[in-house]
Amino acid sequence: MKNPLVALLVGILIGVGGLYFFLPYDPLSLGSGQVDTSSPAAGDGQERASAGDTLRRVKQRGFLQCGVSQGLPGFSNPDERGNWSGIDVDFCRAIAAAIFGDGSKVRFRPLSAKDRFTALQSGEIDILSRNTTWTMSRDTQLGFDFVGVTYYDGQSFMVRKAAGITSTKDLAGGTICTETGTTTELNLADYFRSRGLSYKVLSFEKNDEAIVAYDRGRCDAYTTDASGLYAQRLKLTDPDANMVLSDIISKEPLGPAVRQGDPQWEDIARWTLNALLNAEELGVTSENVDEMLVSDNPRIRRLLGREGAYGEAVGLGPDWAVHAIRAVGNYGEMFERNVGTETPLGIKRGLNALWNEGGVQYAPPVR
Amino acid sequence: MAMEDVTGRPPPKNAMPISPIGWARRNLFSSVGNTILTLLSLYLLWLLVPPFVDFTIFSAVWTGTTREACLVPDAGACWPFVWANIDQFIYGRYPPSEIWRVNLTFALGAAVIIPMLIPGLPARKLNLVFLLVVYPLVALVLLAGDRPGLPPVPTSEWGGLLVTLVVAITGIVASLPLGVLLALGRRSDMPAIRMLSIIFIEFWRGVPLVTVLFMASVMLPLFLPEGFSPDNLLRCLVGVALFSSAYMAEVVRGGLQAIPAGQYEAARAVGLTYWQAMMQVVLPQALRHVIPGIVNTFIGLFKDTTLVLIVGLFDLLGQVRAQLSDPNWTVPQGALTGYIFAALVFWAFCFGMSQYSNFMERRLDTSRER
Repeated sequence: MKNPLVALLVGILIGVGGLYFFLPYDPLSLGSGQVDTSSPAAGDGQERASAGDTLRRVKQRGFLQCGVSQGLPGFSNPDERGNWSGIDVDFCRAIAAAIFGDGSKVRFRPLSAKDRFTALQSGEIDILSRNTTWTMSRDTQLGFDFVGVTYYDGQSFMVRKAAGITSTKDLAGGTICTETGTTTELNLADYFRSRGLSYKVLSFEKNDEAIVAYDRGRCDAYTTDASGLYAQRLKLTDPDANMVLSDIISKEPLGPAVRQGDPQWEDIARWTLNALLNAEELGVTSENVDEMLVSDNPRIRRLLGREGAYGEAVGLGPDWAVHAIRAVGNYGEMFERNVGTETPLGIKRGLNALWNEGGVQYAPPVR
Repeated sequence: MAMEDVTGRPPPKNAMPISPIGWARRNLFSSVGNTILTLLSLYLLWLLVPPFVDFTIFSAVWTGTTREACLVPDAGACWPFVWANIDQFIYGRYPPSEIWRVNLTFALGAAVIIPMLIPGLPARKLNLVFLLVVYPLVALVLLAGDRPGLPPVPTSEWGGLLVTLVVAITGIVASLPLGVLLALGRRSDMPAIRMLSIIFIEFWRGVPLVTVLFMASVMLPLFLPEGFSPDNLLRCLVGVALFSSAYMAEVVRGGLQAIPAGQYEAARAVGLTYWQAMMQVVLPQALRHVIPGIVNTFIGLFKDTTLVLIVGLFDLLGQVRAQLSDPNWTVPQGALTGYIFAALVFWAFCFGMSQYSNFMERRLDTSRER
């Protein structure tokens, strides 16, 4: 009887001592999506977001909360050292750099397709940069705004080079592998029916199954979004024997989104993207940005904050664009580093080239 | 299989040595039906085992530092992918400079749990108190930080085996006491407590774990004021603990029902209080009867931890899938390799639990009682 009693007493003593040491600690605030509760405005919760609110909270917290995917090659994927990389990830780093002058002051919150919108609405993240297609219903009904297009995606087809298929017309009568229950299946039906072409579809629950079926020759083509096709191609036994058709049968503009009701925050996100695009157009890169600071070109001087007060207009410092470009480079660098032809994905610029180089990436000027 | 030792003499082992052919004839080919089944099983094994062994061992790529190493024709499993990402699989995105804290937590946990599992060591009660009271707090501070000298690591950066173990161990440690209380409550004479226990158990048993986690992660933030939401991992832990305690309650109740009412009545008759009677007479017998059921629940819970992926947490399996999206490591056989690795880890833990339960059963000798 004596021994357990002593044990219990010691246990309680240690427990109380432990509790005392841990008392100031609040497990509710330990996570990722929280604002500092000591701030007076954090609890009033009347307005979901008001002008300047988000920037103030981000600055107070000391880092940006960015919602990304749970792993999409080239857009947001963790590498073997646990660092996130990808276009969506780099865009968040650019915003963090524009605000703090330091591209590392950002935390990534991996979100599933289902909980991404809730996370943005509830304020767990400041910006959703997660290969989300900009559609009217999402823009108007879900309570947030898209700030631009970081990647023009669209549904396309992967075929075997040896099959001699060069456009979607050659696919008539063929068998096409895809995933069930996605819009890709719907787009496929729309496209072929409106052109009066016959086709057979072979649907799979998971894209891994679909790509294996394609690899084993059970179908003539595999269809999903073009960016996904390049990623899936790496899983084939001989990637180089396959190619992605240049035909695009649906519009999937992928862009970052922010909560509605904070125009200043929206401007910061929109103009950070525009600054990266303008930087490419003006030839400003992460390497030459410091030399460009003394450039005579008025467009470069305005972009880099040498003339005018464009950064101050959105609540940032004059060097906002310089920091963003230094952190991730211009849009072209960002593209080439994550998905470009030098990466395993090997995606060509295509639609995502600048407007004056045959693409549709067109940013309003900083003026 | 073994003969019952009734007389106290050792069974006559190898009295007449049986040749392998004789053994096979007696056990595998004793009738036409058995022969067909044996041949069919052998054929299935032939279909499955050689390709698996070949894929995982003989044609597997064992060394390399980039994906190109695995791009040889007819290559099997791409183990370099696992070696390169092993830190991610164990710690998730936990900052590399802070990984010692996770290791320390693992080591402390092993130092507390292993002596608990070895019968006959002293100070097991003290150990139990330490495990239930002190260790969770120490682990929380070590892992989450935000103390002098320990920079904070938000739970969104935890991942891999760390998350699997945190969720599973919290669920296991919380569900047993909660389950016992609920089981006692359900058999209580007091109507209010009985009703509450029944409602609680039937509610949590009636909803799938996926729904619980999904509610906790997607619906809860919408009800709470903006900017205030309990930590994602914490939400999961609470959900998993409540969910598994309901299952545990039913397992324990099964054990309680196997104990004749006379045991409890006799305990009361010699003057023990309700709690004394339960703790010292009824529960020790009841729990002993349901060890397989309890371990079954634990194993189920351990594997259910993979569901936390849907709320944005990466457990071991989720982390494997996330790393598969790294284009620098995307290879044709990558997914299969990753899944085999995850399966091996899960199997090791579950098999360990199951073996320990067998050992405890033999030691407590429940099978001999009747």
